[in-house]
Amino acid sequence: MVQLTDTQLDRYSRHIILQEVGPEGQEKLMNARVLVIGAGGLGSPIALYLAAAGVGCIGIVDADVVEISNLQRQVIHFSSDMQRPKVESAAEKMRAINPDIEVNTYKIYLNASNIQEIISGYDFVLDGTDNFATKFLINDACVMAGLPFSHGGILRFDGQTMTVLPGHSSCYRCSFRQPPPPDAVPSCSQAGVLGAIAGMLGTIQAAEALKFITGAGTLLTDTLLTFDAKNMHFRRVSLKKRSDCPLCGENPTLHELEEGDRATCDLSA
Amino acid sequence: MKADRFEDLSGVRCPLNYAKTKMLLSNMESGQTLEIILDDGPPIRNVPGSVQQEGHVILCQEKQGDQWNVVIKKV
Repeated sequence: MVQLTDTQLDRYSRHIILQEVGPEGQEKLMNARVLVIGAGGLGSPIALYLAAAGVGCIGIVDADVVEISNLQRQVIHFSSDMQRPKVESAAEKMRAINPDIEVNTYKIYLNASNIQEIISGYDFVLDGTDNFATKFLINDACVMAGLPFSHGGILRFDGQTMTVLPGHSSCYRCSFRQPPPPDAVPSCSQAGVLGAIAGMLGTIQAAEALKFITGAGTLLTDTLLTFDAKNMHFRRVSLKKRSDCPLCGENPTLHELEEGDRATCDLSA
Repeated sequence: MKADRFEDLSGVRCPLNYAKTKMLLSNMESGQTLEIILDDGPPIRNVPGSVQQEGHVILCQEKQGDQWNVVIKKV
């Protein structure tokens, strides 16, 4: 029995009138628990859209405070939020958009010893982080926990995203075996990023989360979606789940989470 | 013929009237009927067609004064 109040029917009417969502899909969203890792360029649109969509419980993880250089793309934070913890600033906006939702904040850096406890209890995870070490950590922890997640990354004018259903589709390590050496990859602050592409990629990730929860459409599984916003060129690259993947293959060699070097974007201010 | 459920949606604008109709249908069994009252104009022009697109059947649609009586059978 789907029970939505008149106010909820009105608030979510544009979801409810979608054939693929409907009252049942909206109820699934309202009962869903989603974790957003990073309250930055990607996390901002992700958190805003998930809150607006009525995802019942949203966790948000970020250890940083808001700095002026964030405001060019991290649209959940305002000028008046400077020096506030990002999770606090983000949670306030999410609750302002939708007072019905529950927001859990985690003002911490994720590492191999705390990630498993934080992700447990969530139905879907979104990676909105800015460094390879944490991207691999999220992949490994989610695959080990059998927890679906969306990978996302942006740099300069480029973005890439894929959705992973552990045990069913290719994981991040199937295609990218290990983090690149720290000096091989320019950090966001070294390379720059066009602010709006954070919105382009983050909203794709948010859409994947909403599709996963409601069951609408098909996900970006076994597919890396990349775009080059300079020429507005989009591309889908087919990926395969690899039997020799060290994490999710037939004879995995990775059984424990690795502590990586997170400092690829240490000039993030 | 008396429908299994009845809802007066007069004065309820588009698309909330359709959202409410979907909500009611989702809580009914297949084969049950829902009678709704819709305003003339956009509501009667939009709601029955949308209901049919989702596979439900419009059993009857009658004008009574400024409003419409619509009976829907859930697919």
